[in-house]
Amino acid sequence: MNALLALRWIAVWRRNFLVWRKLALPSVLGNLADPMIYMFGLGYGLGSLLPQVAGVPYISFLAAGTLCASTMNSASFEALYSAFSRMHVQKTWDAMLNAPVALEDVVAGEWIWAATKALFSGSAILLVVWALGLTESSQLLWVLPLIFLLGLCFSAMGLIVTTLAPSYDFFMFYFTLLITPMTLLSGVFFPLSQLPPPLQAVAQALPLTHAVALVRPLLLGELPPSPLLHVAVLATIALTAFAIALKLAQRRLLA
Amino acid sequence: MDSAGQPSAPSPLVVRNLAKSYGGRAAVDGISFELKRGECFGLLGPNGAGKTTTLRCCLGLTTPDSGDIRLVGEAVPTRAREARQRVGVVPQFDNLDPDFTAAENLLVYARYFGIADADAKRRIPELLDFAGLGGKDRSKLSGLSGGMKRRLTLARALINDPDLLLLDEPTTGLDPQARHLIWERLKRLLGDGKTILLTTHFMDEAERLCDRIAIIDAGRIVTQGAPRALIGELIEPSVVEVFGDGAAHWAHDHAAGFARRCEVTGETAFCYVEDAKPLLAHLDRRPELRTLHRPANLEDVFLKLTGRELRD
Repeated sequence: MNALLALRWIAVWRRNFLVWRKLALPSVLGNLADPMIYMFGLGYGLGSLLPQVAGVPYISFLAAGTLCASTMNSASFEALYSAFSRMHVQKTWDAMLNAPVALEDVVAGEWIWAATKALFSGSAILLVVWALGLTESSQLLWVLPLIFLLGLCFSAMGLIVTTLAPSYDFFMFYFTLLITPMTLLSGVFFPLSQLPPPLQAVAQALPLTHAVALVRPLLLGELPPSPLLHVAVLATIALTAFAIALKLAQRRLLA
Repeated sequence: MDSAGQPSAPSPLVVRNLAKSYGGRAAVDGISFELKRGECFGLLGPNGAGKTTTLRCCLGLTTPDSGDIRLVGEAVPTRAREARQRVGVVPQFDNLDPDFTAAENLLVYARYFGIADADAKRRIPELLDFAGLGGKDRSKLSGLSGGMKRRLTLARALINDPDLLLLDEPTTGLDPQARHLIWERLKRLLGDGKTILLTTHFMDEAERLCDRIAIIDAGRIVTQGAPRALIGELIEPSVVEVFGDGAAHWAHDHAAGFARRCEVTGETAFCYVEDAKPLLAHLDRRPELRTLHRPANLEDVFLKLTGRELRD
């Protein structure tokens, strides 16, 4: 029985998956629209003004950045707005806790779910990038576990904010103060080398930087330099943030 | 009372000297009670008396400061999840899943208990029928009335065929028709041998359903026993309510001559009497005052023990 109880987070994950499945197509298309607008708008518009960036056409450079940034956004939105609805507004978490589901299962289920949803939308973007011939890499499948890991990072960070949030308005601060600057500092739109040295140092502390550093070479058909270091940074952030989110959830819900 | 007739079987719920405080304020202050198999036990108390905190402790959702809890034979909070496997809960506020149909709500909830989908699907039509929701399996939640949602929550609490049901104010906010339907279903469950613990502040609900009740105020049990016995022991058998202009004045000047106790709220005097005849004869000569003569009920006991001041 204890072995079975240990797997209850899967029931939480499946609950969210069932909701998603009902709206899967509009959800994926909706998640696709925003990054595509950026990628084509900036990629072709701005790209036509630029010679090559980092040795490739700008749109090829931008593809990896867009993929990572939109994976980040997808995980963040799910772990913030959607999880907050379930925790605070609909009291779905309370209903689960009345059943033999532990809070660890609820938070783990939400964590892995938001990363899964990020994987879905990241995969859709990857498919478009591939279909349009923006990548000829033979290493595309390596990108999938990496965007899942990136999803775990931002899902866990989002859950920290969710467990602290008094209302939806709170999330605006998170986006304005963290997510938006991170998008600009992590090498999504331009190479890190364009940043002044102090900001380059800051960029090294941001999870999105490490994801871009892994995904961009893979899309360009190269091997990323020091891949284990980047993976280790992402995994450490993901696990640490999850542990913090869990503690905060316990404080909020099991008082 | 012990309809299951198993004196050796463990009590579905034993609570001993339970205490829990928040920020120095005692929400629960030394509560003890024990349920008998197959009975309906009511926790009654004004808002903020500690009913919901007690339930949260029993489910292992809050760690008490002190005290012992055994839920369906398991020590809580250490083995709370194992205990919850055999308990059904109807929470005070509906937390059904708005994204799902009625049947999907039950299916998804069954998974939280580790029940295989095939088993759950076999059980769902039966549970929906029981809840008076037969044929509503594909109904969206937004299409269900408040009473229907409450009944669906009850059906959800039964998905694991629990030994014990915990109901937190199961009929708050429902119209009389919907309340009667819930009561009828709860009686049926009791008839099937289920044990029920419910909290309520509706005295008619407690009197109707509960074999025994405990009245809680300020985190302590003020009294417990069978409703009829408590009414017989704790209060005068008859109540004469006197209302209308001048009732308060009348009570001040005359009530003591007829009633052992008389409580005035606003322009209504509640006179508690052993024998109502002399008082009624007197009131016949005061046509400006209207009167209502009735037997004492649980609400009178409750108000006597917990006072008439508002609790918010």
